[in-house]
Amino acid sequence: MISKRIVLHFPHRLVDQPIVYKLVKEYDLQFNILKAYVTPQEEGLMVLELSGEEDNFKKGTKYLQSCGVKIQSLSQDVIRNEVKCTDCGACVPICPTGALAIDPFTRKVHFYDNKCIACELCVKVCPTRAMEVRF
Amino acid sequence: MKTIKEINEKIKKGEVVCVTAEEIIDIVDKKGTRQAAEEVDVVTTGTFGPMCSSGAYFNIGHSKPRIKLGGGIIKVNDVPVYAGFAAVDFYLGATAIPDDDPRNKVFPGEFKYGGGHVIQELVAGKDLRLEALTYGTDCYPRKKLETLINIKDLNEAVLFNIRNCYQNYNVAVNLSDKIIYTYMGVLKPNLGNANYCSAGQLSPLLNDPLYKTVGIGSKIFLGGGIGYVAWQGTQHNPKVKRRDNGTPVSSAGTLAVIGDLKQMKPNWLVGTSMLGYGVTLSVGIGVPIPILGEEIVKYTAIKDADIFAQVVDYSNDYPQLSSRTLGEVSYAQLKSGKITLKNKEIPTGALSSYSKAREIAEELKDWIKKGDFLLSEPVAPLPGVESGYTFKPLKERPVI
Repeated sequence: MISKRIVLHFPHRLVDQPIVYKLVKEYDLQFNILKAYVTPQEEGLMVLELSGEEDNFKKGTKYLQSCGVKIQSLSQDVIRNEVKCTDCGACVPICPTGALAIDPFTRKVHFYDNKCIACELCVKVCPTRAMEVRF
Repeated sequence: MKTIKEINEKIKKGEVVCVTAEEIIDIVDKKGTRQAAEEVDVVTTGTFGPMCSSGAYFNIGHSKPRIKLGGGIIKVNDVPVYAGFAAVDFYLGATAIPDDDPRNKVFPGEFKYGGGHVIQELVAGKDLRLEALTYGTDCYPRKKLETLINIKDLNEAVLFNIRNCYQNYNVAVNLSDKIIYTYMGVLKPNLGNANYCSAGQLSPLLNDPLYKTVGIGSKIFLGGGIGYVAWQGTQHNPKVKRRDNGTPVSSAGTLAVIGDLKQMKPNWLVGTSMLGYGVTLSVGIGVPIPILGEEIVKYTAIKDADIFAQVVDYSNDYPQLSSRTLGEVSYAQLKSGKITLKNKEIPTGALSSYSKAREIAEELKDWIKKGDFLLSEPVAPLPGVESGYTFKPLKERPVI
């Protein structure tokens, strides 16, 4: 059993097709949609937590790629600009998953990108705009 | 008892004992105030946070032919500056924003760029675009100027902040059922979070609560360089309620500070954007406290658990200038990550960076130990508790 947070980029031609449904039906995968939208260029973007048997997971993601869906791992999406971050902690109570937390000893803000669901709430809340989105 | 002169002699000889306001806590715990006062000469403090009443003044040198900026419309990187002085002087405020910034028209406004960012970029050595449109005179005929400017070419570039370094501050919460966007950050509805803004036990004026050593003329760490206390800051309010340890339980004293921007660093003067509120400048300040005796060392040994702040509702009470507070919490509680109010556990967030405050106190300590930084004797005290100096609300009167 594995579980991963991934970002799916759907090209224009696939936006109106029930691709994710097949992940359940054909590959017995569970998904939790963390975010989904269609961009002005009519590309689709979906952030999923996808889990299932390792073999099925591989087949499922392979199927997605064969349809033309680009897959990216989530941790690459919201990144922290370490030069800009001042470790103030304004983001900490805003982050819904505890991905941003203050170390009680160093008082520095840690960014646990494995916990990040790319909700982007921190991006505009950060006073020095140190949190950046890279889709 | 020691004098500042004696401490400076020790600094020059490399014999000074200097510790930070965190380190002094353990020293006093172990050795007591008497021995600590004998052994320690200087305690360094630090704070790093958004300080809106900041800005800088400049003299750019005369153009050929001459131009009089005073009375004109002057912008640096599209940010308007105040030029109501002689020909080529102007002042840039930290919260100024370009005329075409949408502000809060699309709420909450992002406030991506303004005076604070201009100051940071200037200090970083970037070329900035100056635009001036003004009227001509016989002695200053030129009406238009467009040029790049760089800090290294300016005659003067002086940081002059009229209110910094607040001695304590409110803890902001939101009692309403809607999210609000404030200078204390984003506050989630129904007590969703509590935001504070002080370095607590490291904060300069909380380590000298009754202004016994810090005064006008005190030499300080300012924006990564050397600065001075120019005056008490605006809204200086020494007469608030205090605890037995001298610390005020709400915002009290403030400092006006000044220093040559050319020797400051961009990592200690950081352009800051508060969502839905505006632009400001985060400033790094460190004040050295000479340990002149046992009383002073006792003040510097203050702990987060012994400093309290008022919890204030920013959805209604603060905007309506109500004096109501919802309770009192210590900085130790705030730093634990949650406080309890109205039987609810509320996560806390900070706008003031404690790790940066610590870095400042450490850096100032290094300067003093290396003999690079001598203390200065204040030339006049800050208005104290008994001075009668207060902070009054505006008395609005009808205009007839």
